[in-house]
Amino acid sequence: MNKRLKDIIASKLMLLATIFSSLIVFIMAFVLFQKSRPILTTQSLSELFLASSWHPVRREFGFYPFIIGTLSVTGLAMILAIPICLLSAIYLAEYAPSKLRGIIKPPIDLLAGIPSVVYGLWGVLLVVPLIRYYVAPFMGATTTGYSLLAGGIVLAIMVFPIIISVSEEVFRTVPFEVREASFALGATKWQTVKHVVMRKALPGVTAAIILGFSRAFGETMAVLMVMGNVAKVPSSLFDPAYSLPALIANNYGEMMSIPLYDSALLLAALILVLVMAFLCVLARIVLLRIERRSV
Amino acid sequence: MGMFKPQISIQKLNVFYRERHVLKDITADIPEKRITAIIGPSGCGKTTLLKSLNRLTDLVEGVKVSGNVLVDGVNIFNNRIDVTDIRRKMGLIAQMPNPLPMSIYDNIAYGPRIHGVKDKKLLGQVVEHCLLAASLWDEVKDRLKEPASKLSVGQQQRLCLARALAVQPECLLCDEPTSALDPVSAQYIEKQLLDLKKDYTIVFVTHVLRQARRLADYVIFLYLGELIEQGPAEKVFTQPSNPRTKAYIEGMFG
Amino acid sequence: MNKRKLEEAFFKGLMLLSISIVVGSLLAVFAVVILKGLPALSLSMLTQTPRGGYYLGKEGGILNAIIGSLYLAGGATALAFLLSLPIALYLNEYAGKSRFASFTGLSLDVLWGIPSIVYGAFAFIIMLYLGARASLLWGIITVTLLVLPIMTRAIDEVIKMFPLKLREASYALGSTRLETALKVVTRQALPGILTAVLLAFGRGIGDAASVLFTAGYTDSVPTSLFDPVATLPLAVFFQLGTPIPEVQQRAYASGVILLVLVLLLSIVSRLSTRKLMKYVIK
Repeated sequence: MNKRLKDIIASKLMLLATIFSSLIVFIMAFVLFQKSRPILTTQSLSELFLASSWHPVRREFGFYPFIIGTLSVTGLAMILAIPICLLSAIYLAEYAPSKLRGIIKPPIDLLAGIPSVVYGLWGVLLVVPLIRYYVAPFMGATTTGYSLLAGGIVLAIMVFPIIISVSEEVFRTVPFEVREASFALGATKWQTVKHVVMRKALPGVTAAIILGFSRAFGETMAVLMVMGNVAKVPSSLFDPAYSLPALIANNYGEMMSIPLYDSALLLAALILVLVMAFLCVLARIVLLRIERRSV
Repeated sequence: MGMFKPQISIQKLNVFYRERHVLKDITADIPEKRITAIIGPSGCGKTTLLKSLNRLTDLVEGVKVSGNVLVDGVNIFNNRIDVTDIRRKMGLIAQMPNPLPMSIYDNIAYGPRIHGVKDKKLLGQVVEHCLLAASLWDEVKDRLKEPASKLSVGQQQRLCLARALAVQPECLLCDEPTSALDPVSAQYIEKQLLDLKKDYTIVFVTHVLRQARRLADYVIFLYLGELIEQGPAEKVFTQPSNPRTKAYIEGMFG
Repeated sequence: MNKRKLEEAFFKGLMLLSISIVVGSLLAVFAVVILKGLPALSLSMLTQTPRGGYYLGKEGGILNAIIGSLYLAGGATALAFLLSLPIALYLNEYAGKSRFASFTGLSLDVLWGIPSIVYGAFAFIIMLYLGARASLLWGIITVTLLVLPIMTRAIDEVIKMFPLKLREASYALGSTRLETALKVVTRQALPGILTAVLLAFGRGIGDAASVLFTAGYTDSVPTSLFDPVATLPLAVFFQLGTPIPEVQQRAYASGVILLVLVLLLSIVSRLSTRKLMKYVIK
């Protein structure tokens, strides 16, 4: 077989693989949508999303507690993670000598590889008892420990690596000349970081935060293992909560036995896909803005 | 030095970038309220010498400095001295204009602000005064809030000059201030420097001999990190003592 | 002026605190999991499958999960590689800057972010439709889909760093695009490709949500692709919740193995990148 023919066959095969990969997300969304239809036809979106009662046997599918649960734990994780990550990234990029940076960075990247169930296991072994026996009594509350707070803490740690590494890279791309200009005027390092570096790095850091948010939003196992999974809107940090991914994971067994249950759970899955797609596009837009500005 | 009064006194300055010995035992004086040109072929340590005068060399990782630099009798390398104070006194204008990512107004106001000036009226006055001194005021007075990046390269360099003036320095250090500019803008800057020398001590680095001849009152010639010759411009350009100086000036190398 | 110094010192302190929290968390995770799991690791734990009375804590170990995970992650990584490498090569060598390439890129980006539970749910629907049962095969298919975008993106990034000159040199010598792609680009990108494969393997072996519905769970080591298969993540998940300490021990053991595995993958990845770099022209 001559070279040209080989080249053509190979390129056709590769094209096929590529087309397939580009369509997967659409096929997924389509299938999920089709399976969600039954429940969408019986109830309006606002009814589904704002109702708090989740009793599948009684045909009540109020997603509100899960939406709030997911948003709360993700929000809590971000509140904990963002300051810690930004300060860490600034330290690594602006203050740490390169030797120290070389020592600290690998462990942080290692955090990213730890499986979700292991974080869940750790949460159950350490965080939940800590909250139950130390934190809650200190705050005057009682709880089993399986709570929004546990979920938030574990989730925050899970997003540390992604926010730190992306932010640190962003800081490193800020050109030295701008920093030099600030120093030459007699600014301290922190003033330079606060007024000059942060300003230039803002779009990139925003993208890092969006990435962290989307990682946290879709997290399933760790959250499931430490949040308690009670289908009620949490009223305090020490209350249990239930996230959308956990909902799907916990109930697939009963899915087929109760009418409309499967449709409801797959609607939850569809919501996850749509939110992820939205966040992904958002992050891309922010990154495009950076490219355009630097030209 | 004769009629020149030294303001900056460099004594046995050695600068190492890790293993590279960039400046070798430099001893030189820089006269007050005059224009001093540091000349020499590319890569001979001119910029390093300039930047050691305001300790911007501190920012390089792995740098080692020995020797003294006395400004008005005070050694700037003394550990107890506040570096930010020295840098305020020694304004720097870089080779490539480097406006801060802010508006024109904020660029100039940045300096005073970081040193604690908060009064808006005062800041406004400083901005106007410095832009006038850099002869940029007329071109930008109606668009002070626009981002500085929108200015042309020549305007940006004048902005950098105005920005340096805003913190009331005593000296102006200029690293090849016109090499990135078109001839018209370059002329502007040169004219400004000549005007400013009555109030500031100016040190500038250049590899363009004609520019040095045009502007300098005093000359320091560096070659491969060593000080070859220093003296009043007249003398160095017409009757250099060192044969290497003579060779450089006559265009034999660099 | 003092105010500035105070501000600087204050924030520097906060920064050091933050870094300590981050590194401290890592240490805490490792410490707790290893301290709990190490006592649970015994020879029988590693070499035996659970004996009868599964949930009642009779003898046995997690060999079923260890082998199961290796089969599943290995199969999925291999399958994903067979797809990812051509896709990444195609996007760079053939499609270049076309709209199709950007479209595919965006599409893969979205896939990258989709939570693994959605992959599991999606695969489950397909399985129901086809009347298939949970098995090693379906576990492999699901995890392949899961790691496909991860591996493709990682390989793509490596190829993008590849200097254009080398490609041009290859074309100038008369090679076809395929030859250039296979012989020159892949060889140059080898360390990066290896890292991508290891990354995907680590992701695949540690994921629970994707195999929850699709791979089943069993006490025995699968003998065919259509047998259900136990996995380490599910071994942790299912066995953690029981009140029987012997069964919980299995969960801890599985957790330690997963953690150590990730650590090893990370170290191997770094070392081999360094070693392979000598074949790379800079």
